[in-house]
Amino acid sequence: MIPWTAPAALSLGLFLLGLLGLLARRSLVFVLMSIEIMLNAAGLLFIAAGMRWGSADGQIMFILVLNLAGAELALGLILLLRLRGRLTTLDGDSATLLRDAP
Amino acid sequence: MTGFLWLVPALPLLGASLLGLLGRRLPARLAATIGAGSVGLAALVTTAIAIGWLTHPPASETYIQPLWTWISLPGFTANFALYLDPVSLLMTLVITIIGFFIHLFSTEYMHGESGYSRYFAYLNLFVAAMLLLVLASDLLVMFVGWEGVGVCSYLLVGFWFETPENGGAAQKSFIVTRIADIAMLAGLLLLATSFGTLSIQPLLADATAAWPSGTFMPALAASLLLIGGLGKSAQIPLQTWLPDAMAGPTPVSALIHAATMVTAGVYLVVRTHTLFQLAPAVLDAIAIGAAATILVAAFAGLAQSDIKRILAYSTMGQIGYMFLALGVGAWSAAMFHLLSHAVFKALLFLSAGAISMRLHHEQNIFAMGGLRAELPVAFWAFLLGSLSLAAFPLIDCGFFSKEFLLAAVWHASPLLWAIGLFGAVLTAIYIFRAVFTVFFGDIVTETSGSYGPRIILPLAILGFGALTVGWLETPDFLGHFSILSGFLTPATGAAQHPAIPPLVPLAGIAAPFAGIAIAYALHANGFWRRQAAAPSLARRIMQSAFGFDAAYRALFVAPFLATVRALRHDPVDAAFVSLETLAIALHRRLRREQNGRLRRYAGWMMAGSLATLALLVFA
Repeated sequence: MIPWTAPAALSLGLFLLGLLGLLARRSLVFVLMSIEIMLNAAGLLFIAAGMRWGSADGQIMFILVLNLAGAELALGLILLLRLRGRLTTLDGDSATLLRDAP
Repeated sequence: MTGFLWLVPALPLLGASLLGLLGRRLPARLAATIGAGSVGLAALVTTAIAIGWLTHPPASETYIQPLWTWISLPGFTANFALYLDPVSLLMTLVITIIGFFIHLFSTEYMHGESGYSRYFAYLNLFVAAMLLLVLASDLLVMFVGWEGVGVCSYLLVGFWFETPENGGAAQKSFIVTRIADIAMLAGLLLLATSFGTLSIQPLLADATAAWPSGTFMPALAASLLLIGGLGKSAQIPLQTWLPDAMAGPTPVSALIHAATMVTAGVYLVVRTHTLFQLAPAVLDAIAIGAAATILVAAFAGLAQSDIKRILAYSTMGQIGYMFLALGVGAWSAAMFHLLSHAVFKALLFLSAGAISMRLHHEQNIFAMGGLRAELPVAFWAFLLGSLSLAAFPLIDCGFFSKEFLLAAVWHASPLLWAIGLFGAVLTAIYIFRAVFTVFFGDIVTETSGSYGPRIILPLAILGFGALTVGWLETPDFLGHFSILSGFLTPATGAAQHPAIPPLVPLAGIAAPFAGIAIAYALHANGFWRRQAAAPSLARRIMQSAFGFDAAYRALFVAPFLATVRALRHDPVDAAFVSLETLAIALHRRLRREQNGRLRRYAGWMMAGSLATLALLVFA
């Protein structure tokens, strides 16, 4: 029997990995992937919590998070395609039209 | 005939309205006709009234023509009415007749100027306001005329407004007299609140009944009225505007700044002399201030190079003599000198204008010379005016009026008489300095043009006046005529010809001879021209009229401008504005954070989350 802390630690590691990707990568595809990793890290934490308290609620919440991630990914990919059509690039740093006029 | 009195101020007012409304659409000839004609008609009406008055004097020696009720409040009423008595009749005659000849002179002098009809509109408006001033039966109505002449003086001094200096001179004359008028208005309010009326005769009767002589209240009221008069009449300490007012056209200087407006202060004191008699201290102050004015004006006149500025200082000095007479209570002597001064000073100014119009508007006497043969008309007119100003015996009006005046002053105070006599010597020196420099010696500038009849006629009439007006009132040793003082007696009280030692008239006769001799001696050895070329320190001090202008600039103008400059950016408001500035600066700084960079937003979100978490865990 592995202790509940092991998946919790894995979840923290995954979250930090995703965060690092979000902050460091410029390509929006990788940004989306990093967000997915962070969501999955959250889902894993739900399962670890379910393990800790011996409850199935954590797994239910994981299914919910999985659905949410799927819907969010679909929207994110659509925005990505629209952006590519408009700016002919996937560089997130060049998509700065919504800023205060310099 | 007196029933037509209202026409006298109404005619020039009508002329001013016509000229003002139709303006430049009028041809020059018609504008001149309206301008001179309205004053000429007023002069005719006045003459007819005067003849009627002399042949059938009214029983009460006064005539009041009520026109309408102006202000009617509980406790205070002001009626718009005209008041005619010998004093105001004399003033009206002077204003309309001399005014008419100055208008006539102007029609030729101002020929070809742009703003020809504007000039006559202002001049007619001035005459209307001046007539309202002298004919008013109510001090409030008089104040309307008083301010009216001030406005017209401002407009006419700045008539050539394209030159900025002229605008500055106009503003100076307006502001200095306005400072004096504030005191006068305060005096009017004091009288109105004390007696509930400003109608002059009832007011004076009430004041005599209510206020004992020599107490504080009449002294306060009289000195407030006096300050207004001093400003208008260019007396120390409010005299600085008059020399600068010479920036206006020369006939304007003749009419406003010599013959009529500047004597309004004298008229005001004579009109309310009952009030001044209740305040002997104020009368003494008038006499002392007048003596100071006479000396300052005489010394300043000695050092001027501009012919109009010489005449301006002589005007200041001669009005000083009138105030000297007022200070010793010689009301009819002041009025006599006012009359003769109006005649000979208008003559002097008009002949000065006639000289400079033939010399391309040159006014520096040292750029003139030898004009006696070139301009005989101007020479004789100017000489006659100068003899009157110097009080040369027998042939001119200035002698008789100054003799009458100085005799009265001697009777009151021999010291003041000595100052007046010394001033008379200086007056003779400085005016004959101008005469010798301008008309004798070598020709400096060539003349051009010629005189038309509208130049010659006014000079001839005024010259005739200068020769004859003096015989209205003569000293005991010259026939003892007292036509003028007899005429004025109902308004001013009987004038005495006090017994005086023969020294007094003899000194008065000697003074002009001494002055003319000194002026000639200094002319003959070239002193005047040398001083003008290389002025000594004393001459520079005298030329600046003892630095009153510089002192006022340092004492009043400079602190005022410094205050204005300090308050320009509203220091009180700065505290409130600083809050706004801080908010705007913060706003600018925060706005820069909205840069559209997704990763930076994410970083900040993370930092915020961490901070919140840290707060929850550790707090």
